[in-house]
Amino acid sequence: MTDTILSVKDLQIDFKTFAGPVHAIRDVSFDLKRGETLAIVGESGSGKSVTVRSIMGLLANNSKIVTGEIMYNGADILKKTKRQLNAMRGNDVAMIFQDPMTSLDPTMPIGKQVAEPLLLHTKISKKKALAEAVRVLKLVGIQDAEERLKDYPHQFSGGQRQRIVIAIAIINHPQILLADEPTTALDVTIQAQIIHLLKEIQQKIDTSIIFITHDLGVVAGIADRVAVMYAGKIIEYGTVDEIFYNAQHPYTWGLLEAMPTLETDTDRLYAIPGTPPDLLDPPKGDAFAPRNPFAMQIDLEQQPPFFQVSPTHAAATWLLYPGAPKVELPPEIKRRREIWNSKYATKEA
Amino acid sequence: MSDEKTTAPEREILVKVEHLVQTFNQGKKDEVKAIQDISFNIYKGETLGLVGESGSGKTTTGRSIIRLYQPTSGDVLFEGDNIAKLRNGSKKMLAFRRKVQMIFQDPYASLNPRMKVKDIIAEGIDIHHLAKNDADRDKRVNELLEEVGLNKDHATRYPHEFSGGQRQRIGIARALAVEPEFIIADEPISALDVSIQAQVVNLLKDIQEKQDLTFLFIAHDLSMVKYISDRIAVMHYGRLVELASADEVYNHPLHPYTQSLLSAIPIPDPDIERKRVPIPYDASRAEDERPRKMTEVYPDHFVFAAEDEISQYKAAAVKSHLKEQSEPIGVQ
Repeated sequence: MTDTILSVKDLQIDFKTFAGPVHAIRDVSFDLKRGETLAIVGESGSGKSVTVRSIMGLLANNSKIVTGEIMYNGADILKKTKRQLNAMRGNDVAMIFQDPMTSLDPTMPIGKQVAEPLLLHTKISKKKALAEAVRVLKLVGIQDAEERLKDYPHQFSGGQRQRIVIAIAIINHPQILLADEPTTALDVTIQAQIIHLLKEIQQKIDTSIIFITHDLGVVAGIADRVAVMYAGKIIEYGTVDEIFYNAQHPYTWGLLEAMPTLETDTDRLYAIPGTPPDLLDPPKGDAFAPRNPFAMQIDLEQQPPFFQVSPTHAAATWLLYPGAPKVELPPEIKRRREIWNSKYATKEA
Repeated sequence: MSDEKTTAPEREILVKVEHLVQTFNQGKKDEVKAIQDISFNIYKGETLGLVGESGSGKTTTGRSIIRLYQPTSGDVLFEGDNIAKLRNGSKKMLAFRRKVQMIFQDPYASLNPRMKVKDIIAEGIDIHHLAKNDADRDKRVNELLEEVGLNKDHATRYPHEFSGGQRQRIGIARALAVEPEFIIADEPISALDVSIQAQVVNLLKDIQEKQDLTFLFIAHDLSMVKYISDRIAVMHYGRLVELASADEVYNHPLHPYTQSLLSAIPIPDPDIERKRVPIPYDASRAEDERPRKMTEVYPDHFVFAAEDEISQYKAAAVKSHLKEQSEPIGVQ
């Protein structure tokens, strides 16, 4: 379980705009392990989509990779030629996009679309490829797949379309599945089904998943590990329990507090004040400092390094600096710490 | 218990929806029965949450109430006047349009990109002649901007200069500009980031308290709806299936569709998520064409039920109230 399948190191990506370079990814590093689900959480503009698109080699033309490498199977994806990338996409690494309405070809029958990656990457006959397409479509829950191979995307509902998109992604048994907000456009009941399906498929074909979302509820249900991004940086990472019950970064706290749970009975919701920084001119210190009620002078001046909390958990906040003052935790975070203590107290003792 | 009379104080009804039916392309091949005979009241000063999945008819309901659609049949009464019968351009219609305002889902599509913020906000002020002169108009715009957490420097800018959350604030200021009594908010936060959603929800709550507004809050994000609403109506396939106070719907859901919907809400807590078993909903049961109507099965708790189902629902309600639920629904 512990072997690393993908390793992103010191990634920095700029986008050229008329106003100057936008520093969309500012030094991101993480590992993806075999068979795990890593959730990347953050708001729009935090760089989560750009990160996974760079893994797929799908960056826009105005992007510039300043530094970094993405190691997969002993080779750097960022150095691959177009031909090498094409051999990898849809084969070893596959992607599920957010919007099932636009990620399917409206003019092609779905059977052909699902079989396409097989025909492209293997020497299989068309007939066999279509038979395999039926098998995979059934696996994702399209029961009458044989009869529906010749149907077009508009003949399916949103949830079914997302199932078809997933079928296309998994037909070649990819080692890595990149899912960019795959359930955001769906209703909650359908979302629950799709998440259940992804978990099931992961066990069956033993793939690693990078799951991007802004919904912490979804993360709690699907992730093994979580990385929280803010303003182009990962600011905290850890196992799902570490992030939800023992979070250390004030931004992670803010996210957890801002979600109303069904028990929330307070008069006001906690809202993170302000807005995310402009990445044309990123702040000098901790990018979250201007919105951070716990910010200290040093946060405005100097970028905090990662402080290790456990072998699997680290956060980039000066609050973890040994000499930092102790802060009074927000009530919701305190409640979560108590769960943490009751779950793991025996281990620490 | 079951024949206990409702003793809630008489509440003033602001909007009364009676047997509303909305059918698109009636008689044609592509006929859509978007709303199939729904009735409910919205009381003065309350927030009614309207939830359901896409295609359930919740947006159509909102649009029929504000008469963006002419109802196929049924009545919408606002302060006693039948909206469906108001003539376009009449004085009463103009007054209705001032009293009822809408906040839209997409903060990018709902603001005219060629207009300055102050002209967007003041458009209603101009139409209804609510400002005496230009100075008064500007003053009013500045007050509104401040009220929604923006400042007067923003007045002369264009929508593209603002973030999604800020744009939604502009949309709220525009709705408030004509001093409405009733606001329909159609998924006002679903296009916004989590940290910004909370800001906008708090703003809506503040405004409501300050100005004694009535809200119809349409959404699919159930946890946010529970937080903001006094009562919640659940829609499915163009029908209301359950209506009760927010706490009642969440703690004692009776209709199987409501139960299924609640069991699918992801909760930001890994321990709860690990134990979750979503309850599937079998739509065929509700579609068996038997006559059903909204029936009060517990004080102020209505469920869409057939004659013979009423006693089951009543028993289920009593049972559910006896054991105070500590775990969210769907967790075993």
